[in-house]
Amino acid sequence: MYNRRRGSTTEVKTGVYVCHCGLNIAGTVDVKKVAEYARGLDWVVVARDYEFMCSDPGQALIKNDIKEFGLNRVVVASCSPRMHEATFRRVCQEAGLNPYLFEQANIREQCSWVHSDKHEATEKAKALVRAAVRRVYYHELLEIKEIPVNPNTLVVGGGIAGIQAALDIADSEHKVYLVEREPSIGGHMIQLDTTFPTLDCSECILTPKMTLAGSHPYIELMAYSEVEEVSGYIGNYKVKIRKRARYVDADKCNGCGMCQEKCPWKVDSEFNLGLGKRKAIYTPFPQAVPNIPVIDTEHCAYFLKGACRVCERVCELKAINFEQKDEIVEVEVGAIILATGYDSFDARLKPEYGYGLYPNVITGLELERLLSAAGPTQGVVQINGKVPKNVVFIQCVGSRDKTVGNEYCSRVCCMYTAKHAHSIKEKIPDAKVTIFYMDIRAFGKGCEQFYERVQKERVLYRRGSVSEIYKKGDKLVVRAEDTLQGELIEEEADLVVLAVGLAPRKDANEVMRMFNISPDLDGFFLERHIKLDPIATATEGVFIVGCCQGPKDIPDTVAQASAGAAKVLALISKGRVTLEATTAKVNETLCQGCGRCEEICEFHAPKVCRNEAGLLVSTVNEALCKGCGVCAVACPTGAISIRHFTRDEILSMVDALVEV
Amino acid sequence: MNEFEPRLIAFACNWCSYAASDLGGTSRIQYPANVRIIRVMCSGMVDPIYILSAFEGGADGVLVTGCKPGDCHYISGNLKAEEMIRRLKEVVHILGLEGERLKLKWISTSEGIIFARTVAETVDELKKLGPSPFRKEIAACP
Repeated sequence: MYNRRRGSTTEVKTGVYVCHCGLNIAGTVDVKKVAEYARGLDWVVVARDYEFMCSDPGQALIKNDIKEFGLNRVVVASCSPRMHEATFRRVCQEAGLNPYLFEQANIREQCSWVHSDKHEATEKAKALVRAAVRRVYYHELLEIKEIPVNPNTLVVGGGIAGIQAALDIADSEHKVYLVEREPSIGGHMIQLDTTFPTLDCSECILTPKMTLAGSHPYIELMAYSEVEEVSGYIGNYKVKIRKRARYVDADKCNGCGMCQEKCPWKVDSEFNLGLGKRKAIYTPFPQAVPNIPVIDTEHCAYFLKGACRVCERVCELKAINFEQKDEIVEVEVGAIILATGYDSFDARLKPEYGYGLYPNVITGLELERLLSAAGPTQGVVQINGKVPKNVVFIQCVGSRDKTVGNEYCSRVCCMYTAKHAHSIKEKIPDAKVTIFYMDIRAFGKGCEQFYERVQKERVLYRRGSVSEIYKKGDKLVVRAEDTLQGELIEEEADLVVLAVGLAPRKDANEVMRMFNISPDLDGFFLERHIKLDPIATATEGVFIVGCCQGPKDIPDTVAQASAGAAKVLALISKGRVTLEATTAKVNETLCQGCGRCEEICEFHAPKVCRNEAGLLVSTVNEALCKGCGVCAVACPTGAISIRHFTRDEILSMVDALVEV
Repeated sequence: MNEFEPRLIAFACNWCSYAASDLGGTSRIQYPANVRIIRVMCSGMVDPIYILSAFEGGADGVLVTGCKPGDCHYISGNLKAEEMIRRLKEVVHILGLEGERLKLKWISTSEGIIFARTVAETVDELKKLGPSPFRKEIAACP
């Protein structure tokens, strides 16, 4: 074996604590044997086993031993360090021991829970404890540094989630930058007609919040803008935002709408999902915030061929500015909240339903636009001018469906379909309304009652999957199995509505890379802990709220948005954040100043310059260093190393673990 | 019957593969106990000396796991690990070691089941390869 340098000049006294974790560990690993084994290891002064090391009495054991035995190293063999390293480090700190003189052995998630043979699991636990004891010997006191937190916040996404989070933070009189890529805030919620189960008019409850967000003294609203680059770390992020040119001067425009009215060029309206038209100069909907139009340069005759300019002529305030350019602004914030929402499942991925082929097969969101009084048909449900008399709804389109890769339930579709069925019955009382479903999920407040009400309104619920939709004359035929009646049925329809699920945004991967977060198995943003921390992410200072974290309804979205605001406010209120101490350090005697570390670091932390003695050496900016370790591997002399992850520390574990 | 139980040393990065391993544990997905996992902050933190030291100590296999390309918490640490392993595989035969004993696998945070499967497959492969040629040398040492 290699000769390791002796790490410590003072006598090392280690305490080892083997946790039972109830039966989670003790049911498979013989914890008493492991503690006994630990007692025999070098430098171990005391070794105990206990039911729950993370509990108050468990923590007290450690604290008392530190005092009584003068321990200067602590090892806990228990759950994953990702679970409780912070807890036990704090215990050490409270007992006066530097928190970095602690090591945790994972004998639960990576041992007792995954191996069924008790003998094998116990031998492995012993090996893991041995490795932790050998490693903790090399741990060193690390200084804990704090840096101030910038009190500004960036909220990305101006739907209900982003708006709520921004308002909550702004109400505390701290500044929020609210960035939204569409010309107006409002997200998907503003596209809805009514909301379940109360049948509130969606626009009526949302527009007051939108107006407030647009005029709040502490919110700087940047609509028609996108985040381009993010750098920095919690408390100190630098963000580049592209404010796209509207070609309308926001300071001059008063939202009169004359330009849109007179513009001769019609384009399919994105807001109305292609069911209606807008103009080349447009606001997406009348209640847009900000109420400033945008010129769509791909359809504007001036931008395409230098012609027209009607909008410029009719604008009394001379607000049209064809020369306007995109503007890049850089803002500094302490925390980031992502509220980027969802995309509807693309129903073309279920070709058997004929979406895109038959004009009378539409999605739930498209029906919202038809139902809306402000929509393309002024609230009259009609396809090609005809009011449907046989409406069929199909649930679970793109959800709970392995064939399209979406195993999850989208949570809102049962309820929004019930709401749609109710709205159809209200507008077309003699329509026959049938809903094909797999299971009905109506768990929110008032939802079960609403579902019952809809059934009483003679909406027919038939349990079974739809296998295909085909054309018969000018009607559609929906073929399904009614599993409760045990028969194949063919239901005629002149309107089929697909209850499409909620899917991650098409560009979710790019957004995740930009903000350094990960996807979950379904492609939504991954939370730090699915039950206990569904708002934070693995990247400190970046929080996720609303449907970007997973499908949910409006009440849950609003709750989560406020939770995100609370997390950010806690950060701002404390005003400082602890820097991770496991950063790179340079041994100047060994450093040759070759610059490999500077070349290889993604975060520009090491820089080669002359030290006081005039020698070219690398110096590491500890605020920028993330402690990844690539510089240490690249260094030809071993001059640069990562605190807490030095060669000695890792090699001591390797040696301990290969021992048979 | 082959009673040989390979010793597999695995390096797992804190953000992806170690988290995946923890998730596999929470989900109680069983896999062989032959593996011993060392947590590193990034797969790019794995120095060739750690791998060689593992083989020298008698490990029959070394598995380096990390984030998928594009997902690295430190942007490109995993790509540096990939390059290092590629180069190391080319030279380990000089030491008399089969290149197949050194493996690299990208495992994402939510892929607990993939972690378990990878360990099981690697242990199977090592059982077929047999004990590391270094084991005889160690046994022969006084």
